[in-house]
Amino acid sequence: MTLELRQVSKRVGADVHIHETSLMLEPGSFNILLGTTLAGKTTLMKLMAGLDRPSTGSIWFDGQNVTGVSVQKRNLSMVYQQFINYPNLSVYENIASPLRVAGVARREIDARVQEVAELLRLTPMLKRRPSELSGGQQQRTALARALAKESSLILLDEPLANLDYKLREELRDELPKLFADRNCIVAYATTEASEALLFGGNTATLHEGRVTQFGPTSTIYRRPNTLTSARVFSDPPINVARIRKAGDEIVVGERVRWPVGRAARHLADGDYSIGIRPHHITPHRGNEGSATIEGRVLVAELSGSESVVHFDMDGQTWVSQSQGIHPFEVGSLTRLQVDVERGFIFSADGDLMAGGD
Amino acid sequence: MGRARGLVPAVYILFVLLPIYWLLNMSFKTTNEILGSFTLFPSEFTVENYTKIFSDPTWYGGYINSLIYVVINTVLSVAVALPAAYAFSRYRFLGDKHLFFWLLTNRMAPPAVFALPFLQLYSAVGLFDTPIAVALAHTLFNVPLAVWILEGFMSSVPKELDETAYVDGYSFWRFFLRIFVPTIAAGIGVAAFFCFMFSWVELLLAKTLTSVEAKPIAATMTRTASTSGYELGLLAAAGVLTIIPGAFVIYFVRNYIAKGFALGRV
Repeated sequence: MTLELRQVSKRVGADVHIHETSLMLEPGSFNILLGTTLAGKTTLMKLMAGLDRPSTGSIWFDGQNVTGVSVQKRNLSMVYQQFINYPNLSVYENIASPLRVAGVARREIDARVQEVAELLRLTPMLKRRPSELSGGQQQRTALARALAKESSLILLDEPLANLDYKLREELRDELPKLFADRNCIVAYATTEASEALLFGGNTATLHEGRVTQFGPTSTIYRRPNTLTSARVFSDPPINVARIRKAGDEIVVGERVRWPVGRAARHLADGDYSIGIRPHHITPHRGNEGSATIEGRVLVAELSGSESVVHFDMDGQTWVSQSQGIHPFEVGSLTRLQVDVERGFIFSADGDLMAGGD
Repeated sequence: MGRARGLVPAVYILFVLLPIYWLLNMSFKTTNEILGSFTLFPSEFTVENYTKIFSDPTWYGGYINSLIYVVINTVLSVAVALPAAYAFSRYRFLGDKHLFFWLLTNRMAPPAVFALPFLQLYSAVGLFDTPIAVALAHTLFNVPLAVWILEGFMSSVPKELDETAYVDGYSFWRFFLRIFVPTIAAGIGVAAFFCFMFSWVELLLAKTLTSVEAKPIAATMTRTASTSGYELGLLAAAGVLTIIPGAFVIYFVRNYIAKGFALGRV
C-alpha cells in the first residue's frame, strides 16, 4: 500500500500550480507537507485524493495506476482546515455517513462510530448538530469521520490552523496517537515548521509549487539541501547573508569577519550564502568557533520562556532566538554570539555546500 | 429621548397598517354603509361578504385557480433554478458571468412586453386558459430570481463540503439531494417565497392568458364591478383574503429572509 506520484504536474490555464513532482509515500508513514500558503500543499493533496486530475504524470496506489479513477472509488479520507461537516446531520450520522454510503451493516456502523467517538471524546455530543459544537469539537467530528472509514490514505489539510492556541496544542498531542497503530498513509499539510518537528515522520518542503526536498523530518531539518528548503523549514525565518570566503575567514557584507567553520574549511574561496538559524544567534557565551557580532535592536519580542530579537547589522535585519528573558532595549547596540559552526553554506545557486549534521 | 425613539416606529406602523385596517374595516360593512357614511368601525357588522366568497364558485374558484398556478410555478421555478444555481456557484465556464447577467435581465423586462406573444403562442398550442399557461409565463421572471437567490446561498457553502462528500463516497446526486439541498433549505425557502409572491400578485399575464376555466382571483376582483353596481364590501373581503396567503408564507420564512439579506441577496 504505497502512494506514488510519478512526474505529476498541475497546470491551470497558463499558471503552473505544481511543477513536475515525484513522491513516494510508504504505508504506515506520517508525511508532512510543509510550505507557506500558496506553496501548493492543497493542490498536491487534491491530486493525491483524485479530486483534481494531474495535467501530466500518473498516480499509483498499491501498484495500480489510479490517475483516472474517481475519488468515490478510492479508499481515502480528507480533513480540511475549515471545519467541514454535514450541517444537516447529527454528529453520529456525520461519522457514520461514509460507512452508510459504503453499505456497511448497521451493527458494524454503530460499533465503529462508538469506538471513534470514544477515542475523540465525542460520545456526549453524538446526538447534536455540528453547528452546536465548539470549533475543536467540530474538527474532532471531521477527524472521527475520517478515522471511522478506515481508509488507506488520510489527507489532513492544515486541520489545526483554524483552532485557537490551546485547542491546537491539545489536538496536536492527540493526532499522532490516533494514527499510530493504523496501517494507513497519512499526509499532513502545515505552514508551521514546529508542527513538522513535533510530528516527526517524513517531511516534504514545498515552495512555489515545487517539492524542494523529501525525507525523514529530522534529516531535512539538519541538512536542508537548498537554501529554499532551509527557508521553508525555519520558524522564525532563517538568517541569510551573502558572504565571501577568503582563506580562514568569511566576510559578511563589507567589514564583518568571522572565522570559517570546520565544515566549510575545504570550500574554494569565493562567493556563497550563509544560513544561520535564529537560535544559533544568542546572547549566551559562545563555544569554540563562534563569533561576536554587534547590531542595533529593532524589535524585541519576549515571551514567557524565550526572547526573539530583530536587530540591524550593516543594513540587514537579523533575528536571534534565545532561551530565557534577556533585557534588550530597542535602539541600543547589542552584542550577540553567532555559532558560525552550525551555519549552512550555500552556493550562489542555493545548493548546500557545507554545514549541517 | 426614549419616548421620541418609540414614536418614530409607532407612526411608521400606523401609516403602514392604516390602509390594511381600512380594507378590513370595509370588508365587514355593507356596500351601502361604505358609500353612505364615514365610520371608523362597521356600524352594521356583517360577515355576509365573506359568506358570499366562500359559497359562490366564481369567487372561491378564483382563489383555487390562482393557488394552482402559483404552486405549479413555484415548484417549477425552484426545481429548475436549483441545478442552474449550483452550476453558477460551483463551476467556471466560458461566459458564465454574462450568462448570469443575461438571466437577470429577464427579470427586468416588463410583463406587458410578453403578454401578446404569450397569448398567441399559448393559443396556438392549446394551453390558453389553463393554469399551466400562467405558471409557465411566470417562470420567465421567477427562474432568474430564484437562480440569483439560490446562487447566493450556495456560494456561502464552502466547496470543501462537496469535496468531503465525494471523498466519503457520495455520488453527485446523492450528495446534492441528501446533503446539499438540506444545507441550503433556508435559501430554497426564501426563493420559493419570492416566486410565490410574484406569481400571486402578478395580474397582467394571469389575466391575459386566461378567460373562464383558469380565471385567477385578481381577474375576478376586477371584473365583478358590473353585475350589481360596485360591490365594495365584497371586493374588500376578497382583498383581505388575498393578503392572507402572503402573510402566512412570510411568517414562515421571516428568519431566512434576514439571512438572505446578510448574504447580499433578496
